[in-house]
Amino acid sequence: MSPDPQSQGAPKPRRYKPLTMLAAGLAGLAGALFVGWLALPPGLQAALFLIIAPAFVYFLISRRMGWSDRWMVIAIPLLWFFVFFLVPFFVLGRISLAETMIARPPYSPLWETDRDGNLEIIASLENYRFILGDALYLNAYLSSIKVAFISTIFALLLGYPIAYYIARSPEPRRSILLLLVILPFWTSFLLRVYAWIGFLRREGVINNVLMWLGVIDEPLVMMQTDFAVYIGIVYTYLPFMILPLYANLVKLDDALLEAASDLGARPSVTFLTVTLPLSMPGIIAGSMLVFIPAIGEYVIPALLGGPDTLMIGRTLWDEFFSARDWPVASAVAIVMLFLVVAPTMWLQSVQNRQEERD
Amino acid sequence: MRTMLTTTALVALASTTGLAQAQQVVNVYNWSDYIAEETLEQFTAETGITVNYDVYDSNDTLEARMLGGSSGFDVVVPTGNYLQRQIAAGIYQPLNRELLPNWSNLDEHLMGLASSFDEGNEHAVVYMWGTTGIGYNTAAVAERLGEDYVVDSWSLVFDPEIASQLADCGIAFLDDHTEILPAALRYLGLDPLSTDEADLEQAVAMLDTIRPSLRYFHSSQYISDLANGEICVAVGWSGDVLQAAARAEEAGTGVEVAYVIPKEGANLWFDMMAIPADAPNPEAAHAFINFMMDAHVAAANTNYVAYPNAVAASNEFIDEEVLNDPTIYPPAETQANFWTLRPHDSRTDRLITRLWTRVRTGQ
Repeated sequence: MSPDPQSQGAPKPRRYKPLTMLAAGLAGLAGALFVGWLALPPGLQAALFLIIAPAFVYFLISRRMGWSDRWMVIAIPLLWFFVFFLVPFFVLGRISLAETMIARPPYSPLWETDRDGNLEIIASLENYRFILGDALYLNAYLSSIKVAFISTIFALLLGYPIAYYIARSPEPRRSILLLLVILPFWTSFLLRVYAWIGFLRREGVINNVLMWLGVIDEPLVMMQTDFAVYIGIVYTYLPFMILPLYANLVKLDDALLEAASDLGARPSVTFLTVTLPLSMPGIIAGSMLVFIPAIGEYVIPALLGGPDTLMIGRTLWDEFFSARDWPVASAVAIVMLFLVVAPTMWLQSVQNRQEERD
Repeated sequence: MRTMLTTTALVALASTTGLAQAQQVVNVYNWSDYIAEETLEQFTAETGITVNYDVYDSNDTLEARMLGGSSGFDVVVPTGNYLQRQIAAGIYQPLNRELLPNWSNLDEHLMGLASSFDEGNEHAVVYMWGTTGIGYNTAAVAERLGEDYVVDSWSLVFDPEIASQLADCGIAFLDDHTEILPAALRYLGLDPLSTDEADLEQAVAMLDTIRPSLRYFHSSQYISDLANGEICVAVGWSGDVLQAAARAEEAGTGVEVAYVIPKEGANLWFDMMAIPADAPNPEAAHAFINFMMDAHVAAANTNYVAYPNAVAASNEFIDEEVLNDPTIYPPAETQANFWTLRPHDSRTDRLITRLWTRVRTGQ
C-alpha cells in the first residue's frame, strides 16, 4: 500500500500507475486497429501479422522475464516507425533501383534466375545518376527551399504578434482567440485552399472589391502565380506557427518584464533583449512545423501555382503519375527524404543546444 | 460490461459486412464531367447495383493506378493508345459478349477503327470519341485580334505573336503531352506521330517561345474557367469545350465559348470501357457496360456531355443540334486531316516526358 499523499506534509505530485494507463491505452488502440484491420486487403493483413505477432511474442516474453517496462513504452513508437516509415522506405529504395516498364507492377524485378538457375542481380543506380545529372530536380529542390523559407518568414512575421497578443490576453478572451486559431482545422484543408481560388481569381472577391473601389481598372492576375502559392502556404501553416509560439510565450514570466522596465528598459528594448531570446525555442519549433511540410507541399502549388511554380512535391507527383516512372519517382522521393531530413536534424540539434543552455 | 460492448460492436460490424455482400456494387473510374446526371441513378434503379463512381482527368493518373494493381475498380475508361499498351501488360480481362446483349447496338465502323487499339474488340467498348482542338471566348478573342480574325488554325496558340496578344486574358493547355506535342509537330509541318528526337526538340523549341503567354497546364480546370471568363483560350477536348459553352450559356454571364477543329488537323481519340483483370465485381461490370450501350442511355450521355458515342442505335434519340454540329460529328473532309495516336516504348516515353516537363516548367 502506498501512503496517502494527503497525509504527508507537502503536497506531492500524484503518482500515476503507468501500467494501468498503458493497458487502457493499448485496449483502445487495439480496438481501433482491429476495425482498421478488417478493412485491409489480405496481403497486407498477412504482412502486418508477420510484423505484429513477433513483437507481441517478444512483449510477452519480456514480461515473463521481468525486463524493463520502459521497453514497452518505446515499443509502440518503434513499431509505428518500423511499419510506417522503414518498411515503405525500403519498398521505395527497392523500386528506385529498378527500371521502368509497362507491366504490373510497372518496374523491373531486382533479380532474375537464368536457365542454369544462376541468380542475376539487375539493380542499378541509373535512376540516381539520371536525377543528379538533370538540373530539373536540383532546381525544383532549391526552389522548394526558397518557397518554404520565404513562407516561413512571413508566417513568423504574422504569427508572432498574433501569438503574443493571445498569450497576453486575459483568460476568457485567450481561450476564444485560441479556438479561433484552431477553428479552420475543422473544415477540409482542400476546401480552404479552394476558397482562396474564389478570392484570387479574375472575377474573384479581391478583384471585384478593388475594381469597385476604383483602385484598379483591369482585374489583377493573381491565380497561377507564385504570389498565390505564398498566400496559400502562409495561410495554411499559420496555425502551426502560432500554437508553439503561444505555448512558449504564455509561460513567459511577468516578473522578468517588470524587472526590465524597473531597470529602465523601454518596451522595445525589453522585447528585443528579454521576450525574443526567451521565445527562441517557440520560434524554432514553429518554423520547423511550417518549413518542413512546406518543402514537400504538393496540393497548394498544384491548385494555386502556375507553370513556373517549380516545387519538388509536384515534380515527384509528375514523375509518378504523368511520367509513370516509378523508379525515378522513388529515387526522387528518397533523395528528397534525405534533403528534408538534413535541415530537420540541424534545427533539432539547434533546439537541443538551446534547451541545454537554458 | 466491456466484453459485452466489444461483442455488440463485433456483431454490428459483421452484419454490415454481410449486408455489403448482399448488395451488389460496381466501382467505376471514369473521366471527370463525362456522364449524364441521371445515368447512374437509372442504372441502380434498373439493376439494383450500387455504383461507386470516381473520376480522373488524365490517362497517366489512370495508368499509374492500374499498373499499381489492386485498384479495386470494375470499369475504367482509358483512351485507345493507352489501352493498347495496358492490354499488352495484361491488366484487362477479355469481355464476355454473352453478358453484353446490347453489343448489337454498336456502330461497326467505329468499333472497326477502335480495333486498331484492341484487336478484335476483345477487351474494350468505345464509350465516347472526339477530337482535341481549341476552345475560345469569342468576344475576348475578337477584342484582341480584331472582328475579322477567323479562328481556324493552331496558329492561334502556337504563333508567339498571336498568343502574346491573348496572354492577358489567359491561355490554358491540356496537361498532356500526347495531345500538345503532336499538334505542335503538325503545325510545324512535321509528322504528328514522330518520335524522332530532332523533330520533338523542334516542337519543344516552338512551345518554349509561346510559353510566357500561357496561364496554366491542366486537363479539366479549363471547363469552368472558359465558362466563367477566367481564361479565353484553351486547347482542350471537344466535348469539354462544348460543355463549357453550355455552362456559360446557362449562367447567362454573356460569355460565349466556341470550339474549333484546326484546319491543320487534330487528334481523333477513342475512350474505351474496359474491365481490369482483378476487378472485384466482373459481372456487375459487364452489367454496367451493357447498360451504357443501351440506345437511350448512350443518347442521354451524348446529349449531356457533347461527345459522340459509338452506339449507332442511339442516333435517333440524340438532339438535332448535337447530331448536326460539325464540331461534334466532324464531316468527312475534316476527318481527312485527323491522326490517331500510338503507344510509345519506354525509352521514347521518358524522352517525351522529360521534354514535356521542360515545356511546362521551362526547366
